[in-house]
Amino acid sequence: MEVGILAYGGYIPKSRLQRDQIFKAHAWFNPGLKGLSRGERSIANWDEDSVTMAVESARDCVAPDQRENISAVYMASTTFPFQDRQNAGIVADALNMKSNIQTLDFTSSMRAGTAALTVALQASKGAEGPILLTSAENRMTKAGSALELTTGDGAASFLIGSGNIVARLLGSHSESVDFVDHFRGESAEYDYTWEERWVKEEGYMKIVPTAVNSVLEKTGVSASDITTFCFPVAARNVAAGLAKKLGISEDAVADNLQSNCGEAGSAHILIMLAKALQEAEPGDKILIASFGQGCDALIFETTDAIKTVRPNTGITGSLANGRADSNYNRFLAFNDGLRMDLGIRAEVDKNTGLTTHYRNRYMAQRMVGGECSKCGTAQFPKSNICVNENCGAINTQEDYSFADKIAQMNSFTADRLTYSPDPPAYYGMIQFEEGGRLMSDFADISPDDELTVGMKMRMVFRVKDYDTKRDFRRYFWKAVPVNATQKGSE
Amino acid sequence: MASGIKDKVAILGMGCSKFGERWNDNAEDLIVEAFIEAIEDAGIDKSQIDAAWFGTGIEEQHVGKSAVPLSMALRLPNIPVTRVENYCASGSEALRGAVYAVASGAADIAMAVGVEKLKDTGYGGLPQRSRGAVNDLFWANASAPGSFAQLATAYSAKHNVSAADLKRAMAHISIKSHDNGSKNPKAHLRNKITEDKVMNAPMIAEPLGLFDCCGVSDGSAVAIVTTPEIAKALGKKDLVTVKAMQLAASNGREAQHNSWDGSHFVTTRAAAKRAYQEAGITNPRDQISMFEVHDCFSITELVTMEDLFISSDGRAVNDIMDGLFDADGKIPCQIDGGLKCFGHPIGASGIRMVYEMYLQMHGRAGERQRAEEPVFGMTHNLGGFPHQNICSLTIVGKEGA
Repeated sequence: MEVGILAYGGYIPKSRLQRDQIFKAHAWFNPGLKGLSRGERSIANWDEDSVTMAVESARDCVAPDQRENISAVYMASTTFPFQDRQNAGIVADALNMKSNIQTLDFTSSMRAGTAALTVALQASKGAEGPILLTSAENRMTKAGSALELTTGDGAASFLIGSGNIVARLLGSHSESVDFVDHFRGESAEYDYTWEERWVKEEGYMKIVPTAVNSVLEKTGVSASDITTFCFPVAARNVAAGLAKKLGISEDAVADNLQSNCGEAGSAHILIMLAKALQEAEPGDKILIASFGQGCDALIFETTDAIKTVRPNTGITGSLANGRADSNYNRFLAFNDGLRMDLGIRAEVDKNTGLTTHYRNRYMAQRMVGGECSKCGTAQFPKSNICVNENCGAINTQEDYSFADKIAQMNSFTADRLTYSPDPPAYYGMIQFEEGGRLMSDFADISPDDELTVGMKMRMVFRVKDYDTKRDFRRYFWKAVPVNATQKGSE
Repeated sequence: MASGIKDKVAILGMGCSKFGERWNDNAEDLIVEAFIEAIEDAGIDKSQIDAAWFGTGIEEQHVGKSAVPLSMALRLPNIPVTRVENYCASGSEALRGAVYAVASGAADIAMAVGVEKLKDTGYGGLPQRSRGAVNDLFWANASAPGSFAQLATAYSAKHNVSAADLKRAMAHISIKSHDNGSKNPKAHLRNKITEDKVMNAPMIAEPLGLFDCCGVSDGSAVAIVTTPEIAKALGKKDLVTVKAMQLAASNGREAQHNSWDGSHFVTTRAAAKRAYQEAGITNPRDQISMFEVHDCFSITELVTMEDLFISSDGRAVNDIMDGLFDADGKIPCQIDGGLKCFGHPIGASGIRMVYEMYLQMHGRAGERQRAEEPVFGMTHNLGGFPHQNICSLTIVGKEGA
């Protein structure tokens, strides 16, 4: 049975930190960073992490009604919010999936994304249903490091299986070499990196060609037939150098998104693949190669379905949906790079009762409310007695998912009193078009945005609260204005 | 509807501490200060009090749980004492307990005590705290000003009032309350302010600026109530009696059902209809002499003028700008400075409002005494958020009115 990519999606957080602002802060210490100071990098908002970005990219990839048959959810990242709690499981929960699925996390290497993709392609041959693969990265970087400038945050998702595929796998090859260009030890917060020239000459230029030549040989595809070559590494001209060495056309070298996104760790190769698919024509041959203690190389060929199966927003839409951010201090504050005085209000204990959390998980992680089977009123949260005063029926509410419903905003404020990592806190009453409402936090609002009563909002999965004492975080849904680039649920 | 409690209960004595930043006083000190005034005003011995109700909102900041702190502070002789909490309407709840006890005949003389000690948090505004384990999972990260600010956007949208016009009316409310507070020696804030100052103040929660928000204060207030017969037997004349006490609690409609537009208080309207009926008032705009409303934020006072059926829908801005509610207007509102300037020690506020009505009706309001003798006075004590709250209304007046 032929397997491949059934659908794809992506997500790049809205905020784009201007690199010249980072450089300006560090020029006194390391003027050599000037070479990296052009363009912008994507940065996760304070309430985003690799799980929330993965969820958003997965929603972009598979609509709610396409999740029924999914047999597994894989997530790849080197920046999982939880070391022991399955992160793919949180993603599956947020996507309101059933419990009879396999969930797996892939990590520990910049190859985690392609490793998960390769495994998904293999496993889907015998799977009962398609596999949802998602990968996201939210790397912490030291202030003043090159990585601070070259990395970015983002996510991509793929539905892998057989059927109406948009791209078939022609073949893959993996090389495993314990080449340590950088590492992050068990207790380290940041990566430790070695000299770039060595990494390029002994790593990229030697290990990658071995893997790529092997997959070309296995598949019988000639290098010159490759339409798109994705190589995620940030270092300039490496992909072009590899293409030249491998005999791949110069035109085939895909943009590594350094100018407008930055390298999103193990997810970056999948972000590039999602973008390549979004821009592909039927019959294109897309070669992707990752790098991290070896190299995974895969070749896909797009089908006619590439023209009809499209993500809602995709990487292309997400990239276009950015907002320039010049506040480097805020970026540092979000990432614990500054010892901020957050005020006494920030000291409120955010402990979460795990019993409370589990009992209410459909409400809190899936945004499932109730719909009265007697009067049809949708309501959140689900409750025993219908909120409609003309009904009041008892125990009539069926599960009703709000996560993908469109709401209109009834009222709002910008609150500078309550503690928020990014004041003012925006929130307001939102009213779902098909019934139900909620006083909801808003996300991704900037003071320049014009908020108006009646504007349309959609829900996004975000971190609600960080419990810094116990290193727990709880998630919930927040409202964001519907963009012209997003189709929403209808 | 039940026949109600009109004229079944009279106010025997009241007391109120100075409100403000009482850095050197515990909650118990404030209670004793208000109690001494009330018991002297009542002219009784504390052994004559049959039962007491104790209202506090955020007890973890001061006295802790239960009614024991009140009983201990006043050394009450092992009488029944009950602590009540109903958000910012906790003081009114204490009064309701005492009034109902007397009306029912269960007690001859009952006492309501409200207190709050809010200035021990280390920061301005109300304490930031958990909303409950389940609520914390999904409630918006909302402060009090942010929740009430929602009214402004919804009101503007519904009545097509420009943000600028609304802000000016809100400013008028705050300026008026500062004027009134300046004449009140027990008030927390006694400075006068100008429109410029209000408009240019730092933003707290759009569109509410600093002067759209009431003071967060320490303070206590006490009411001692009995039957009109006992009051007269104790030598009291010109009694002020309770005409109505009504309470309405949100049932989730505003928060969860799309039938509410966010521009008004569902509870206030429900409670007001019942209160006027209980008091026998048919035209509140003409019959209510003065009122104290829960002006936690200027916008709350504004929409409450309509929710109490004093201003017609969409007309509050006009009435406010016409000076209808100023101290020398037709129906003064917050003649003591209100929550805005008298201050807002949560558990005490509901009783403090009635205290002002009581003083005004006895002609004991000093520099701020209303020249025209009041007949009916109404208090409006609100707790919670516009989308889920408690509204408590009390109407007091001259006996026989």
